[in-house]
Amino acid sequence: MAAHLSYGRVNLNILREAARKELREFLDKCSGSKAIVWDEYLTGPFGLIAQYSLLKEHEVEKMFTLKSGRLPSADVKNIIFFVRPRLELMDIIAENVFSEDKLHSSREFHILFVPRRSMLCEQRLKEQGVLGSFINIDEYILDLIPYDGDLLSMEYESAFRECYLENDQTSLYHTAKGLMTLQALYGTIPQIYGKGECARHVANMMLRMKREFAGSQNQILPVFDTLLLLDRNVDLLTPLATQLTYEGLIDEIYGINNGYVKLPPEKFAQKKQGEASKDLPTEPKKLQLNSAEELYAEIRDKNFNAVGAALSKKAKIISAAFEERHNAKTVGEIKQFVSQLPHMQAARSSLANHTSIAELIKDITSTNLYLSLVSASEAFFDNLTVEQEFMTGVDTDKVNTYIEDCIAQKDPLIKILRLVCMQSVCNNGLKQKVFDYYKREILQTYGYEHILTLNNLEKGGLLKPQTSSRNNYPTIRKTLKLWMEDANEQNPNDISYVYSGYAPLSIRLTQVLARPGWRSIEEVLKMLPGPHFEERQQLPAGLHKKRQQGENRTTLVFFLGGVTYAEIAALRFLSQMEDSGMEYIIATTKLINGTTWIKSLMDRPECQTP
Amino acid sequence: MMKSKPDEEDYWNSSKFKAFTFDDEDDEFSRLKESKQAVNSIRRLVEEDDDEDDVEKVSWSGEPVGRKTKTGSFQFSDSLSDSSVRLYAPELRKPKSEYKDYVSDWSPEETVHRMQQGKAVSLEKFRSLQDKLLLLDFSISAHDGNVITAVTLFTITFTVLFRELESRQTALRHFIHYLTETRDQRLLLELLRALGRTEDIALLQYKEHLSIADENKRRDFLKSCLSLPFSPEDSAHVQDHYTLLERQIIIEATDRQAERGGKVEIFQKFPRRASILNMPLITTLYYCCFYHYTESEGTYSSPLNVRQTFRISEKQFFVTALAARAKLKAWVDVDALFTSRNWLGFTRKKSPLGFHRVVDILQKNSAPTQVLQEYVGLVDDAELRISLAQKHKCHDIIINTYRDLKDRQQLLGYRGKVERGSVEERKINELLDNPQIRWKN
Repeated sequence: MAAHLSYGRVNLNILREAARKELREFLDKCSGSKAIVWDEYLTGPFGLIAQYSLLKEHEVEKMFTLKSGRLPSADVKNIIFFVRPRLELMDIIAENVFSEDKLHSSREFHILFVPRRSMLCEQRLKEQGVLGSFINIDEYILDLIPYDGDLLSMEYESAFRECYLENDQTSLYHTAKGLMTLQALYGTIPQIYGKGECARHVANMMLRMKREFAGSQNQILPVFDTLLLLDRNVDLLTPLATQLTYEGLIDEIYGINNGYVKLPPEKFAQKKQGEASKDLPTEPKKLQLNSAEELYAEIRDKNFNAVGAALSKKAKIISAAFEERHNAKTVGEIKQFVSQLPHMQAARSSLANHTSIAELIKDITSTNLYLSLVSASEAFFDNLTVEQEFMTGVDTDKVNTYIEDCIAQKDPLIKILRLVCMQSVCNNGLKQKVFDYYKREILQTYGYEHILTLNNLEKGGLLKPQTSSRNNYPTIRKTLKLWMEDANEQNPNDISYVYSGYAPLSIRLTQVLARPGWRSIEEVLKMLPGPHFEERQQLPAGLHKKRQQGENRTTLVFFLGGVTYAEIAALRFLSQMEDSGMEYIIATTKLINGTTWIKSLMDRPECQTP
Repeated sequence: MMKSKPDEEDYWNSSKFKAFTFDDEDDEFSRLKESKQAVNSIRRLVEEDDDEDDVEKVSWSGEPVGRKTKTGSFQFSDSLSDSSVRLYAPELRKPKSEYKDYVSDWSPEETVHRMQQGKAVSLEKFRSLQDKLLLLDFSISAHDGNVITAVTLFTITFTVLFRELESRQTALRHFIHYLTETRDQRLLLELLRALGRTEDIALLQYKEHLSIADENKRRDFLKSCLSLPFSPEDSAHVQDHYTLLERQIIIEATDRQAERGGKVEIFQKFPRRASILNMPLITTLYYCCFYHYTESEGTYSSPLNVRQTFRISEKQFFVTALAARAKLKAWVDVDALFTSRNWLGFTRKKSPLGFHRVVDILQKNSAPTQVLQEYVGLVDDAELRISLAQKHKCHDIIINTYRDLKDRQQLLGYRGKVERGSVEERKINELLDNPQIRWKN
């Protein structure tokens, strides 16, 4: 299941194994049969660490979702709550425990906080009078979860909001802790670079933590040469743009959650032999997406316009392989063919799935303006056109007619916010008149309560009135070559292919850092928010790498506040470039896209009433 | 691995309560028919084999991992082996027996450090204000929100609170966050007021309205918000919010009565689907355009009055009225929306909205072809006009456009697409035969 984690430059399976080990140890501490009561939010991240089989081996017999009222009956010795440290969840647990005591007094209660214990929560349990009912109160430090062979995520959705709106830096503390764990397993990272306030904080904490443990030297040969810490607010533009890689589009359109995507089932209907019913499936089709699937690993980072060709090439190869059976004459040959069959079958079903997904996406993205005016694709195309205008700096200081029209036809609010924020970011703030106009139109159309959301976006710097008359964006765009007129989607030669022309700012910074170095872009770095810095960590003698000629260096890029799939694709592209000399491993607080990001910054009415 | 399947299925199926799987492959499995299973499960089997490998690695008990964690400076395992010692805020004390670990006299720095490591500490020895603040400052520099909040709560006595916290923004933020989470609204507002963060107070207070269900109470609450120190722009929006709800309550009461009375035709023909309360302004305007279109400007529900009161832009008003009247198939009203007289007294169609968007709105409300045709013809861009005309089968427009473009080839091509012997075909033939047209091709 997790073999794909160990194929990359850095074997991330070590990290996963460490996490599994700790989970087993905790489970064994509560001896006897058990039931787990889950904070539903945690099941996704946990799924990346362990399957049910692991839990079952450690006598977990039942699992329930945490909800108020009475706990379901289960004939087990232990009840374990797996929860995030949230006060509202403590109230539910207290309710569960209270109603339980009257019926069975023999069951033992435990709490496992993920990723950290919280004094406030324990205080709350005490106030509710149930703290004494728990035998074990523990924490499960799930800071960095291996997501794929080159990707780690904390799955910490609210990190950006907490850092930039609420000024709560707890997520940064967790980040630093996670990086210390990583260094304990993969060796001290000798060089640290960073850009942004949060990056500075994290680096400071890491350096202090290292000082505090100065007694015990880390004797592991460093796997990473460099750590680059990047604040999301250094590059607010990239997540707002629509991602145009295959994986990016799947995420934009259907949403990838903890490595899974749910798709409309129609295109996946399979003809079943010998079955009369031709009912279309109604349940969404759920697929896991990662590099364990060979075909997916090949196509996910391609621009969507290059996916069709890749799929048809693959189809030819698979057909040819199946045709081979006619050539198998001897028993030995037949045997060999049969032995390859499982692999071929897997390849075939993988191909079928991705062909279906590509079709689904094509229905939405491809336009033929003059023949088939399919309105979904028309909208997609128009939206993209406006995005590209903003990114190239066209008319960003005026009210945009397309946005106006979208508001008038009540398109989803998040779509509007994405565009308006993008215009604001590309214009270094909107002219007061334009800002007021959009604000009024939005409140009138979607409801006045969104004053709260608009204020949040303002606090986060995504949407703001212009304070100085100077717009830095054009300078940044030109210096960093953020817009490439002739992006090659089929055979890319530059990272700009991931947005069909726009090269993500964050990745340009990463690229320039590797070569020729940040000193060449001092001016631009000063225009972007927060300090930029470089730190070195001393290695014990004997751990200095002796680099072979032509051996690549490894950089861990950590995105504080989230990263998009298209940015990841761009980094993978850089890793694969022959002359780059650098391999990238990516870590983040959360995988995001414009929609999930804006959503995390909204104050939604439905969250207000408990 | 296959053997364990039935067990797992039993488990999932026998649980009466909503249980779930990590890996949805499992529940998909249970739905699959055998025949399909044979073919499609190949990949899954491969995966499960992998999984079994993992299980074996489990018993291999992670030698390399274990070794590495030990040589690592501080680790997973450390925090677990340490688990008998716990982190307790002062209020969360354990029985006396567990005290022995922290009788020692830790310095503020060590105390914070131990708290971060999850070890037990006593905060009570920090008695003087100076000691407390020192402790607070160390916790702040540790950046661990959990510790900062705990220390803040401990150090705070409300007399010194506001003054001292103001110079410690981080602790302050965590305290505010804590008050928000515990929903201690009163204290929170008091704190913000003392800090002079007036806009925050205003927004926070305003946010409360969302949890008031009763419309009259909500309206009164919004009214009470009007005096809050919002920024000037937000202040105007909140005023509008209040005015809107006030108005909605009046309209709702009147219309509900009219509907029940059964004498007003429009409510009989198109019964209201939902109450208008708490709907956005533009939705309210649509409602007014639908049910109260002809009312004079003096009434609360008159669209013109709504437009004026809330300073709705021309375009928004236009689009909303257009959609509402089109929905009712009141084509005369639709037509009137576009009509303006120029100074010579001729009427011509004018629209603050591109005509292709007009067509779009009309078409969504299933306008008949004759109506559509009129507006398709007004689309400026020739190519867009033709594509819309093709979509809506407005032959005349296509033919006329090709004629105006003097595009003989296209016209010839189009002749092939219209019905044999139809009026359109005859028209095309006439044009093609017309010697006065100077074709460009």
